[in-house]
Amino acid sequence: MTTAIALPYAKRTLPNGLDVIVHEDHRVPIVAVNLWYHVGSKNERSGRTGFAHLFEHLMFEGSEHHNGGYFLPLQQAGALLNGSTNSDRTNYWEVVPTSALELALWMESDRMGYLLPALTRERFETQRGVVLNERRQNYENRPYGMALMALSAALFPPDHPYHWLTIGDAEDLRAMEFEDVRSFFRTYYHPANASLALAGDIETEHGFELAGAYFGEIPAGDKPSSVHADASVAREVRLVLEDRVELPRVYMAWHSPAMFAEGDAEADLLADLLANGKTSRLYRTLVYDKRLALDVSAYQHSREISSFFLLASTAAPGQSLAEITALIDERIQQVADEGPVGEEMERGLAQAEAHFMYRLQTVGGFGGKSDQLNAYNVFRGDPDFFGGDLARYRRATRESVRATARRYLAFDRRVLLSVVPKGQPALALPGSEPVSVS
Amino acid sequence: MITRVDRSRLPALGPDPDFRFPEIAHHTLANGLKVRTVEHPGVPVITLVMQIDGGLGADPAGREGLAAITADMLDEGTGSLSAIDVSDALARIGAEYDVEVGADTTLFTLTTLARFADRGAQLLSEMLSAPSMRDVDFERVRQLRLDRLRQLTDLPPAVAERAFLRLLYPSHPYGHLAIGTDGALRTVTREEVVRFHAATFLPWRATLIVVGALPHSDLATIAKRAFGDWTGEERVRDLPSAAADFVADIATSPLLAVVPREGAAQSELRLGHLSARRDTPDYPALLVMNAILGGQCVSRLKMKLREEKAFTYGVRTGFDWRRGIAPFSVQTSVHTAATAESIADTLGEISDLRGRRPATSEELSTAQASLTRGYPRNFETSQQVARSVAQLAVFNLPDSYFEEFVPKVNAVTTDQVTGVAQTYLDPSRVIALVVGDRSATEDSLAQLGFGEMHVLPPSG
Repeated sequence: MTTAIALPYAKRTLPNGLDVIVHEDHRVPIVAVNLWYHVGSKNERSGRTGFAHLFEHLMFEGSEHHNGGYFLPLQQAGALLNGSTNSDRTNYWEVVPTSALELALWMESDRMGYLLPALTRERFETQRGVVLNERRQNYENRPYGMALMALSAALFPPDHPYHWLTIGDAEDLRAMEFEDVRSFFRTYYHPANASLALAGDIETEHGFELAGAYFGEIPAGDKPSSVHADASVAREVRLVLEDRVELPRVYMAWHSPAMFAEGDAEADLLADLLANGKTSRLYRTLVYDKRLALDVSAYQHSREISSFFLLASTAAPGQSLAEITALIDERIQQVADEGPVGEEMERGLAQAEAHFMYRLQTVGGFGGKSDQLNAYNVFRGDPDFFGGDLARYRRATRESVRATARRYLAFDRRVLLSVVPKGQPALALPGSEPVSVS
Repeated sequence: MITRVDRSRLPALGPDPDFRFPEIAHHTLANGLKVRTVEHPGVPVITLVMQIDGGLGADPAGREGLAAITADMLDEGTGSLSAIDVSDALARIGAEYDVEVGADTTLFTLTTLARFADRGAQLLSEMLSAPSMRDVDFERVRQLRLDRLRQLTDLPPAVAERAFLRLLYPSHPYGHLAIGTDGALRTVTREEVVRFHAATFLPWRATLIVVGALPHSDLATIAKRAFGDWTGEERVRDLPSAAADFVADIATSPLLAVVPREGAAQSELRLGHLSARRDTPDYPALLVMNAILGGQCVSRLKMKLREEKAFTYGVRTGFDWRRGIAPFSVQTSVHTAATAESIADTLGEISDLRGRRPATSEELSTAQASLTRGYPRNFETSQQVARSVAQLAVFNLPDSYFEEFVPKVNAVTTDQVTGVAQTYLDPSRVIALVVGDRSATEDSLAQLGFGEMHVLPPSG
C-alpha cells in the first residue's frame, strides 16, 4: 500500500474565464468545494484598509436568490463552511456530504453572480461591528497582538499594500462607506478573477458539468491588473512597543524571497533549522542550554509580492533581550558562514517530505487538497505544482541554504521590535524608538 | 445534463450517504495492554494513540499540575537518548507528537509515515515506559511551566478558564487547569513525578490505538513488537483514585464574579454550571439542545449576540465532557460596553429554550442535520480515526457507538430538547464570570440581580 506523493487533478477554464479544477478521492462520501478570489488586502489602499476582509463577511449574509444567511441551508445539509482573507487572496469553502454538492455550487455561484441586490446598509453596519469585535478580540485584547502591525508598518512604506494588516485600521473600518461595496464587488468578484476546486467523492466529468451549469451563466469580467510594489529596509531599525504583557519579547524581521521564488524554500528550511524543535540551533541554545528564553520561533511568511522572515523569542523572567539578541545573531552568523552541518539538511528534508504527505489527507477546509490546488493555480497559474513544490525542497543544498542566510538575514537590513511590559521601556533593546499602533 | 439552473429555489438534497465505521479489531498483549487497530487505506500514514488512565483529575490536592508535568517529562530523554536525541529521532521520521492531558485520561498521539511505523512505535514505547526523568531536565521543564503559567495571566481566555473551573468545582479534583498552580508546581518534586509515573503508566491501565494503511495483523504486530516488553512497576501502591467518583458540590444560587482587567478592549465571559455526566442516556438530546442554543453557526445565541447585536465576533456553548459530572458553559468575548447586556441576553435565551420559546421542529431538524449529515467527514485522516477510537476507551463506549450516533441523534424530539433544557440548564444557579474592565462594567453588572459581585485575582 504505497502512494506516490502526488496530487492528480483535471482543469478546464469556462468561457467566462472561471478556472475549474477537479480532484477525485472517493474514500469518504464528501466533496470539498473551494473557491478563491484573487483579491486581498494588497488590493486596498491607504486610508481604506480592512475592506477586503469586511467584504468577505458580507458574502455570508445573502444573495439575490437566497436572501438570507448562508449558514442555515448549508448547515441543514450537513456542510461545514468558512472563508478567510489574507493579503493576497480570499477563499470560501464548503465540505458537504456528496448529496449536497449541488446546493453548495448553487450558493457559491449565486453570491458570485448575484450578490449586490441582497446587500443592505443594515447588513453592512452589522458586519462592520462584528469585524471591530474581531479586531478587539484577536489583536487589541491579545498579548503581543499588535506586534505584527508594528512590524509590517516598519518593513513596508506607507503606500505599499503590505504596510497594513488584513484586519485593517480601526479608523478606516469606522470610516468605510457602504457605496464602496459595489465597485469592489464588480472589480474583483467575477469568474475571471476566481478559481474553483472540487475535491472528493465526485467524478471528474460530472464536476465539470456541474461547474459549467452553475457558474457558466455568470458574465465575464476584466481580470484586475496585478499589484506591484517595492520595499526594502536599508538599515537596522529598532523599535519598542509597550503592551499588556508579563515578559518582554524580541521580534526580528527581514525581507525575504517572494512565494515560490528562488530562496523561498531555503528560507523555510532555515526557519526549521533555526527554531523548530529542541534540536534546532536557537531552541537548543536559548531555551535548553542557557535558559535565557521561554520560546523561540522562526517562520518564512511567503507571500505574493514579497515575503518576510520572522524570528521571535520571549525572555525568561529576569533575562535581557540584548543578551538573547546577541546569541541569535551569533547563531545566524554561523549559518551564514558554514551553512547547515551534520544531519541538519537530512532532518529538514525528512520533515518537509512527511508534511507534504500529511497534506494529502484531507480534501477540504483550510489547507486541504482543494485549497492547495487553488493556491497553485492562483499564484502560479497552474495547479500542477504539488510535486514541483516538494522538488524545491529536495533540490536545496547546504550551499543554497547558506547563501540564502547570507543574502537575506543581514544584520544591517532588518527590523528589531521589542515588546515590553507597560511602563518598562528600559527592557527594550538599546536605541529602540517608541512606536504606536492602534 | 443540466441546461439551466433553477434559481427560484435551492436544489434538493440527494439521499444521505451510507456511513459505515471501519472495523475496530481488539487485541490484548500478555502484559495486559489493550490494543485496538483500524485499517485506514489511502495515504501511507500511521497514527498511534496511547490512552493512559489518569489525567488532571488524578492530581493530588496541593499537587495540581502533577499529571501534566509527568506527561511533559516523557519526551525529555529515555535510555541512552537525551531530550535532544528524542527530539532529533522524532524529526528524522517526520513525526508529529502531541500530548493531551484531559480530566480523566491522558492521550499521547504520534503520527508518522507508514514506512517508519516500527520506529515511531518503538520511540513512543520507550518514552512512555522508561523516561529518564533526570533532575536537570525536570528543573528546566518545571521552570518553563511556571513561566508559561505566568504568561497565561496576560491571556483573557486562559484567565477565564482557570477562574471558571475553580468556581465550578470548588474543592474537587476537576477544579484546575492541567498546567496546575504556581504553588503546586514550585513544591512538586522529581521523586513525586517518578512515583506518579510508576503508579499511572501501567500496561493493564492503558489502551493503544493503531490506525494506518496496513492490515489489522500488521498493525497489531507493530504494537506487539514495540509494547510487548513493557511491564510497568512490579508492585505499585498509591493508585490515584478516580476523580469521577468525587462528589461535586452543586451550587444552589447564582453567582457573579469579576477578574478585573482595567482598560480591556473586550470582556471575556463564561456562564454556566455543573450539568451532566457523559454516560447519561440523555446525551444525544443534550447535543441537539446545545446545537440549537449555541453549538452551531446558526445557533440562537450567535444570531442574537453576533448577527443581531454585533456584540461579539463569536459565541459558543458546550459540555466539557468527563467521566464525572461535566459543566455546561457559554463562552464569548464581547465589546466592553455590551458586557451586562450580553449576560442578560444569554440568560434570556436559556430561559426561552426551557419553555418560554421552546425549540421548533425546524430548529430540531437543522441541529440534527448539522450533527449527522456531515458525520463521515470526521473520519478522513488516520489521526481523526485514532482519536475517535480513543474516545471509546476514555468513556467506556461500545464499538458500535459511531454507527449508532446518527440514528440516535435523529430520534431526538422537540419535547426531549425542552425536557433536557429544563433538567440540565438552570439559570437559578448559573455562575457568571467576567474578565474585563471592572470600573467600566460594574454599574451595569449590578443591575443584573446577581447580588454581591465577587472580585477574583487574575491568578492563584
